[in-house]
Amino acid sequence: MTSLSNNTLSRWSTDELLCWSLRGIATIAGTIVMLIVVFLIVEALPVLHHVGLLRFFTDPSWHPAEGLYNLTPMLWGTLFAMTGSVLIATPLGILSAVFCHYYAPSVLARPYRRLIELLAGVPSVVYGFWGLVVLVPLIAEIQPPGPSLLAGILILTIMILPTIALMADASLANVPQQYLRGAAALGLPRWATIRGVVFPAVRSGLFTGVILETGRAIGETMAILMVCGNVVQIPSTIFDPIRTLTANIALEMAYAIGDHRAALFVSGLVLLAMIVALVVSAEWVSRGRMYG
Amino acid sequence: MSCVFRLNRCGSLVTLLTLALLGTLGSATAQTFSAEQLSGKLVITGASTLAPLIAEIGKRFESHYPKVRVDVQTGGSSRGVADVRQGFADIGMVSRAMKAEEKDLHAFSVARDGVGVILHKENPVQALTDEQVVAIYTGKIINWKDVGGKDAPITVVNKAEGRSTLEVFLHYFKIRNTDVKAHVVIGDNEQGIKTVAGNRHAIGYVSIGTAEYDESQGVPIKLLSVGGVAASTETVRNGTFPISRPLHIVTRTPPVGLTKAFIDYAQSKAVHDIIKQQYFVPMVD
Amino acid sequence: MAETLSRPQNLREWLAFVLVWGAAGLVTAVFCWLLGDIVWHGIGHVSWTFLTAPPENAGRQGGIGPILASTSLILGVCLAVSLPIGIGTAVLLAEFTSDQSLFGRITRRSLDILAGVPSIVFGLFGNAFFCKMLGLGFSILSGGLTLACMVLPVLIRSTEEGFRAVPASYRLSAAALGLSRTTTLIHLLLPAAVPGLLVGLVLGVGRAIAETAALIFTSGYVDRMPESLLDSGRALSIHIFDLSMNVSGGDTNAYASALILVIMLLAINGTVSWLATYGLHRKIMTV
Repeated sequence: MTSLSNNTLSRWSTDELLCWSLRGIATIAGTIVMLIVVFLIVEALPVLHHVGLLRFFTDPSWHPAEGLYNLTPMLWGTLFAMTGSVLIATPLGILSAVFCHYYAPSVLARPYRRLIELLAGVPSVVYGFWGLVVLVPLIAEIQPPGPSLLAGILILTIMILPTIALMADASLANVPQQYLRGAAALGLPRWATIRGVVFPAVRSGLFTGVILETGRAIGETMAILMVCGNVVQIPSTIFDPIRTLTANIALEMAYAIGDHRAALFVSGLVLLAMIVALVVSAEWVSRGRMYG
Repeated sequence: MSCVFRLNRCGSLVTLLTLALLGTLGSATAQTFSAEQLSGKLVITGASTLAPLIAEIGKRFESHYPKVRVDVQTGGSSRGVADVRQGFADIGMVSRAMKAEEKDLHAFSVARDGVGVILHKENPVQALTDEQVVAIYTGKIINWKDVGGKDAPITVVNKAEGRSTLEVFLHYFKIRNTDVKAHVVIGDNEQGIKTVAGNRHAIGYVSIGTAEYDESQGVPIKLLSVGGVAASTETVRNGTFPISRPLHIVTRTPPVGLTKAFIDYAQSKAVHDIIKQQYFVPMVD
Repeated sequence: MAETLSRPQNLREWLAFVLVWGAAGLVTAVFCWLLGDIVWHGIGHVSWTFLTAPPENAGRQGGIGPILASTSLILGVCLAVSLPIGIGTAVLLAEFTSDQSLFGRITRRSLDILAGVPSIVFGLFGNAFFCKMLGLGFSILSGGLTLACMVLPVLIRSTEEGFRAVPASYRLSAAALGLSRTTTLIHLLLPAAVPGLLVGLVLGVGRAIAETAALIFTSGYVDRMPESLLDSGRALSIHIFDLSMNVSGGDTNAYASALILVIMLLAINGTVSWLATYGLHRKIMTV
């Protein structure tokens, strides 16, 4: 009896211990976010103090050396590049995962998966380099100048594709076999099964994949900097060059001092605000059901 | 923590200096340091343009003084200035002329770098006057046929705000950056060269040494002469080429000990071959 | 089976077939184009000396020996820190927190935000926090820790998905058998959640090994063989960036380095999936 109660006791304390240490670990993750936000605010504070947040959206242009700080065109640039690439990469990525699981012969599925894993690890500078010497001249032939929103969207699509494809792939792997057997027993053809049975079952995984790929699309810097042209303007066609908020930081941080430097940290803050807005709206759209 | 680190480093420098002073009876120039006496670690941060050059100089310096470690970091001229001011780095690298608000730092020039205008090799335009370059960059001339080329729209490649090549370019042509009508804005030199090489109707400006090298390697670009002077490292060296920038290394306090030894070495003739090897122009001949 | 279907449905099936194969073909084609380019330009320069020799003349000549060592060390530090934190947080979010709880939601949202922070901001943050505030200086340790912050979101979120995918019946059966939650976790849930964890690992390693902007301010630019974790060391991706964007005439060695990086990644991913298939499968069997 004693041993049993001892057992129970120790069992509960192990669980408690585990739970609390896990909570401690999770707090670290949360703390990093807080630290980064605080860091950005502290660095941006000087310019916010004597320029004010409003002027970052109402100034006539972005010429920080001459005291003009308009970020709006870059905000649009980031949004356009992100939307375009997510719209292309999401279906491609999900179809890729579907291909691996339900269409490809097993001889093809494994190498295909390995191929996507590799795509995830190619450095952004290699994508950028390739974009600069291969893709941009191609686009320049169609419609000069070449570096453009289109080039940015295409490069970003390739870069974020592995994230959604691998997340979708892992989710599909977890669809219970009973579902598929049930569908097969009902005589449902392949695509009908996937659409009617598989997709609803993997909603949560797909949703997480989209969130992560969107994050990556917003945060990508080096490749975008090389192929987008970096002209601060609101594009009127997809052949117009754009500058994203991230490229703005990377491009100018190296030589910026004083208010200019602080203004670049404001770019970072605006970017962060954008991500927060996205995450909150995603939460609102899903209303918690995705994790059910 | 960082304070302790710094103190340690300062401490070792002071010890070193004292030793040197005792050893050489009051003379603390680099030449009097013997290989056994110089030791420690130098942290150098700053301009990415200068980083490969200073890293190579550092390697040769290390080979002369085996107990010395020279750590070169990049991140841009402004980072170099900031790190030196905070004492996070011993020496900063600045790839431009020093600004008025940087008078508190001690600057030492190690090399020069010319800035030249480049076109795609297939562009039939052979020369542009200063006025034409200004008109192209301010959007008054938008087609190559107006300057004797083909009928094609001009793609203007400009540098990002704050870059020193942009500053010297604007200064020479007396243009305000707000007036520049750019189609592409780039960061590093190589990006500029690849952009122009990939677009037959582009015009850009980059570091002459880099362009000269790439041209000789078959990259389809060509350097234009400015104000009638051919753009080459040779004309930059003899001072006839009008657009160039100095490359500096800076310290917060007057350099002593290891720092001084390194700066003296970087300014000496012994490194001129390295400077040329990295496609820059040595200061004196 | 097909004969029993109505025509529009048949058409839809056919269309889906074309779409799925088309998507896969497109991705493969782009990939082959990209990789072919790297292999074509890089293969000629890869040799044993290239792998072991130190770089010379700013990387135009010589090899990448010290850079490979630094890269491995940075990756090692990154994984040693991010794996425990990542798995721990994922377990907490998936198994010990209800979906509606404030703590879980805040942590999850924080992670989603972290996933979108641009790498250059991580770099500047790492420089200010690890290098300066904690006094680690430009070092492999600073670089690894900064990378760990960066890969945490993708690691945690995909591992969490892995746990969510484990059928509830596992937990119920374990509870019915009187197993403690700790035991259930270690012996049942963890092995079952491996696919998700693997995706996180693959994406995380990919992101870490490909990172440039975050490392240039933290682990630094020094291409000497590192002697300790407190030494500065240049990562492979920074080397590639420097050679292709900063050093004229570095393109061929940049391609060769990129090829090595891809091969390295292939090896890591291969090992990871081999470990998962054989190692952990055995573990489930022997529970």
